[in-house]
Amino acid sequence: MDFNTVLQLLDSSVRLSTPLLLACLAGLYSERAGIFDIGLEGKMLAGAFAAGAFSAYAGMPAIEGGLGMTYGMAWVGVLAAIIVSIILALIHGFASITLRGNQLISGVAINFFAAGSTVLIGQHWFHAGGQTPSLAGAERFLPITLPFADSLKTVPILGPIYQGLISGHNILVYIALASVPLTWWLLFRTRFGLRLRAVGENPGAVDTAGISVVRQRYAAVLIAGLLCGLAGAYLSLGTSAAGFVKDMSAGKGFIALAALIFAKWQPKAALFACLLFGFLEAIGNKYQSIDLGIFVVPVQFMQALPYILTVVILAGFIGKAIPPKAGGEPYVKER
Amino acid sequence: MNTSLPKWADILLVPLLSLILAFLVSGLVVLFIGKDPIEAVQVMLSGAFGKFGIGYTLYYTTNFIFTGLAVAVAFHASMFNIGGEGQAGLGGVGVAVVALSLNWPHWTLAILAASLGAMLFGAAWAAIPAYLQAKRGSHIVITTIMFNWIGSALIVYLLVGPMQAPGMVPETPAFPAGASIPTLHDFLAVFGVEFDKHAPANISIFIALLACVLVWILIWKTRIGYEIRAFGHSEKAAVYAGISPLKIIMVSMLISGGLAGLMAVNTVMGEAERLVLDSVQGAGFVGIAVALMGRSHPLGVLLAAFLFGVLYQGGGELSFTMGIPREMIIVIQALVIMFVGSLENMVRIPVERLFLRFSKGAA
Repeated sequence: MDFNTVLQLLDSSVRLSTPLLLACLAGLYSERAGIFDIGLEGKMLAGAFAAGAFSAYAGMPAIEGGLGMTYGMAWVGVLAAIIVSIILALIHGFASITLRGNQLISGVAINFFAAGSTVLIGQHWFHAGGQTPSLAGAERFLPITLPFADSLKTVPILGPIYQGLISGHNILVYIALASVPLTWWLLFRTRFGLRLRAVGENPGAVDTAGISVVRQRYAAVLIAGLLCGLAGAYLSLGTSAAGFVKDMSAGKGFIALAALIFAKWQPKAALFACLLFGFLEAIGNKYQSIDLGIFVVPVQFMQALPYILTVVILAGFIGKAIPPKAGGEPYVKER
Repeated sequence: MNTSLPKWADILLVPLLSLILAFLVSGLVVLFIGKDPIEAVQVMLSGAFGKFGIGYTLYYTTNFIFTGLAVAVAFHASMFNIGGEGQAGLGGVGVAVVALSLNWPHWTLAILAASLGAMLFGAAWAAIPAYLQAKRGSHIVITTIMFNWIGSALIVYLLVGPMQAPGMVPETPAFPAGASIPTLHDFLAVFGVEFDKHAPANISIFIALLACVLVWILIWKTRIGYEIRAFGHSEKAAVYAGISPLKIIMVSMLISGGLAGLMAVNTVMGEAERLVLDSVQGAGFVGIAVALMGRSHPLGVLLAAFLFGVLYQGGGELSFTMGIPREMIIVIQALVIMFVGSLENMVRIPVERLFLRFSKGAA
């Protein structure tokens, strides 16, 4: 493997880990506040659909019933994705915070609802088997060339790294990366974050301090909705898919969930877990099977590796993954 | 479940009201995509109960009985087995291994052996998550989800590798003729009853019915069933009474995985007669809805499985006649899980208040 191949692999790892990272951070907020969220997948999928549909609608000429916008259509898509994802997050919040229902069952329901309704509505609006129209130009997020990327290309080693790996991604990739320190700061350096983590560990204590557990948990669920919306928007607006395709999240929400556990609910570790899982996917995409000399690793093993690693981590053989203490428990106020 | 409701309201009224709500919202979804919900119901019912539909309805019902029982048994031990999909998939591998292992002289032997194989493989796929839950405290919901994905990768590997039939198609060779089990048409013909010849419903439906009875006996008439329920109600009390959590978690999850695996006898052996990619087709997840609706009781599971059988077959008809995509079923399924499961308190709390007012008025 030469330098350029490695660079290409890392570059596609970054692309592939972006939706994972956004969804993983979404799960981080939710689970740190004590709300299990296995509905990341569904929120992401619904977001992807909303983004694809509304970006296309914004770019459609006014004569054909669209908004006829010529720039910024992708942002209309992002806004729609966030709204739809937040609506699903609110349903999850209503079920698990207000009604004190089973959070896992709620997540399962949301996943199915997204899987079914996106195709149903997509077919109704666009008559293309659940697909949204193909997006072009400003209906998508195009790569951004960072300053001096092309002129520095000739600098040995660092030049290509800057030009090929760091520069040339779309805005959502940079937003995802920036969300990591932001999340860390918010959770570990602000009062809001302290309270958010506290309702996930010991809601009773928070309540005693006169802070609303319900409000704090809703806030976490809303942030999760926002981030899942962005993750979804990335899928349909930021990848080569250039539009929504049925079931396009394809289990990414669950890999994000796996990454969250793998990262032991820590923002910085989440970044590395997502990059690792993205890297595994990149290798799986590039090589059908890997010949190690002694035996051949089939591509399916690479695909299953994130899940296998997560089970190993959960089993506590390599460090223990201890979830937030009050995770999954509805909070009942003492009378 | 502590409640101030009379028993009939708890097990019938609340789920029924929730179900009605779920269907009403489904109707709104149909309206939203510009179709007539009343017509949709008619199309679904005639599609599911028509001469050519009922054989498919019963075929789906059989699947959902197995996966519904699987989730239900685990629920009794307060375990949420979300891994029915993977366990049923691996059950298919078990069926294929058994069916292809020798030239079966008669289907009776083959179906017995295949059932054992299906249960063994399904249970094996539940065993690791169960053990990790019992011994290391790894959350079973997460591990079973992970095992679904690991299982699907494993099956793809097997079907494009070691188990693949000659050629390019990712499937096993067709099973030998001796492993072909009678369809419901063949079976009913013995009694002179006419039944659709092309329908996939087969005699595994009787295994499913038997499984309902056996699960009922297991949960309510045996010592281990009592221990499972005790553990499910209160782990602390059960441990205090000398019940071993390791034993209960393992036993309930192995039975659960075995039941999910059994589904493959219906699909892989009864219908496809070979193992193909994605043989489970979401039935493992339907089991969650079925168990929730059936209140984890075998009779409830049976009825709920039939309801979902009707939905699945009738839903197929929707896309034919009315151009409503098949995904409508997934939406209905989601709404049922939502209203009967996570939003249940939305119905339960007002009903409880109503009963409270009633009983106060009477007193």
